[in-house]
Amino acid sequence: MNGLLTLAYKLLVNDRAKFSALLVGITFAVFLIVQMTSMFAGVLARASSTVLNVGAKVWVMDPAVNTVASSIGMPDYVLDYTRSIDGVRYAVPIYSGGAQVKLRDGTYQSVSVLGLDDSSLYGRPAMEKGRSEDIFSENGFFIVHDAEYAKLGKPDVGAEFELNDHRAVIVGVAAASSSGLFGIPTLYTTYSRAKQYIPSTRFTAAYILIDPKTPADVPGIKAAVRRLGYLALTRDEFIDRISAYYKYQTGLGMNIMMMTIISFIVGLSISGQTFYTFIIENLEKFGALKAMGAKGRELVWMILFQATFVSITGLGLGIGLCTLMIFFARARMPSYAAQITAGNLLLAFGMVLLIAAISSYIGVRRVLRIEPFDIFRG
Amino acid sequence: MANPVAISARDLKKWFGEGNAQTLAVNDVSLDIYCGEVLFIVGPSGSGKTTLLSMLSGILRPNTGSVRIGDTDLWSLSDDKLADVRLGKIGFVFQDYHLFPRLTTAENVAVPLILRKQPWDLALERAHYYLGIVGLSARADLPPVKLSGGEQQRVAIARALIGQPDILILDEPTASLDGETGRNIIAFLRNDVLTKERCIVIVTHDARINEYADRIVNMEDGRVVGVKKGSNYA
Repeated sequence: MNGLLTLAYKLLVNDRAKFSALLVGITFAVFLIVQMTSMFAGVLARASSTVLNVGAKVWVMDPAVNTVASSIGMPDYVLDYTRSIDGVRYAVPIYSGGAQVKLRDGTYQSVSVLGLDDSSLYGRPAMEKGRSEDIFSENGFFIVHDAEYAKLGKPDVGAEFELNDHRAVIVGVAAASSSGLFGIPTLYTTYSRAKQYIPSTRFTAAYILIDPKTPADVPGIKAAVRRLGYLALTRDEFIDRISAYYKYQTGLGMNIMMMTIISFIVGLSISGQTFYTFIIENLEKFGALKAMGAKGRELVWMILFQATFVSITGLGLGIGLCTLMIFFARARMPSYAAQITAGNLLLAFGMVLLIAAISSYIGVRRVLRIEPFDIFRG
Repeated sequence: MANPVAISARDLKKWFGEGNAQTLAVNDVSLDIYCGEVLFIVGPSGSGKTTLLSMLSGILRPNTGSVRIGDTDLWSLSDDKLADVRLGKIGFVFQDYHLFPRLTTAENVAVPLILRKQPWDLALERAHYYLGIVGLSARADLPPVKLSGGEQQRVAIARALIGQPDILILDEPTASLDGETGRNIIAFLRNDVLTKERCIVIVTHDARINEYADRIVNMEDGRVVGVKKGSNYA
């Protein structure tokens, strides 16, 4: 390491009280920022879990739909119409609804039920146990092995329970790439059985899933569906729409943003004040360095290095602490919705850089203003 | 004095403030300081000693006048060049030493070499050598706060010497030392630090050390009111 930076490092680290206070401030701020945003990212990912798990490339829905759970049934002619659009390889309906499961101990548990197209089973999950075609067996259901799996007593293949007063048999256990947001287990069955078991409105197709012939066909499909008064979204667009709903229409996004800003201000206050005190306490020494021949820009580099070093260390500690907390929280509560994404980390990194920049700016101003003559004059 | 001139000051004036609040700190001072001499600047508080010292050492820009070190007109240089001259040619010992309390004694001594971009390890090695010269090898790994006032003064001198400067500037070096320690420090400077190529300029109130000076410049009200030869004047 450059000698000047080694000097800056030793001046910083050897002042253990200030260094600890700086680290605590930044670590705490990063912890809160990452925790808040990862919780939000977890909520958003879970809100889109059905879209991820089903995996269809294009989803057709009523334009009023904002989340998977708030589906609005579409008449059969929409299905017929979409099948006639150029570029559609095939289009199938999917049922989405809720039901009550009566467990063996007599208690009830809400579940989410997805009904797959009987003829194609398009959107079927990957299986951990059982085979996809077993879903056609009498009263057959797959259960998704996600964080909510235990709420039905971790049923294995062959387990039976009542679903809306109908007999239901677990014929397969499905893998899930993402757990749901609302903390209830998910069952798959056929479209026709879902309609039969669950009281429904006149129109039962919650969504129509389309497999386009080529990606280039997607814009044409979307335009054709729009002409009919419905909405066709790619998988990513649907996920974005769900995210936008939670961000901007539920207050959740605003609250998380406010908490993130408060965390930033807390971190900035603690670190900025401590770093400023650190600079003030060393101001005469910086003046002595200037008198001895240090150039202003060299002192600026030293201060920037100190601020960056403490900030990056605090960033690492904050992220580590948050990761540990999420790890332990998930070990205790499998349904705990928090996930650290690259976006969270980038945001925390940006905010920490801002804290470092503001803290060092104050220090740099003071150091550049001090005159070596002040050292002589005492 | 046959030795070459180390510092040549001409018509130096420095005032602070403006209008009625203006104070003339140094008034029309011209002075030559020679290689191989120990020069004391003495005078009552407020007489302009420290201001003069600051201008001579390239720290405080005079309002008028010039300072030459060798062939270099100090105050015609840019701030960066001036810093280079201070770093390369001048060693400073401040009144309060200004040692870094969070660094070891050796690291403190190494600072001027670090500022000269020398590698850390090499600078530390040289620092140990200079600590040996001032008799503090055994204290190299201690922080300055663990040292006595006299020892801290020696550390500050080692720090000033490590860059092998032509000019050594000391501001009130004995102010916070007892009489004997103060005399020992100045004797050390006189006997072990002074060379034919080097001059030592000391601002002091301490008349007890006058015997170690070659010349003593007496200041009052910003003016040089007398230059007398010290007992060591050759």
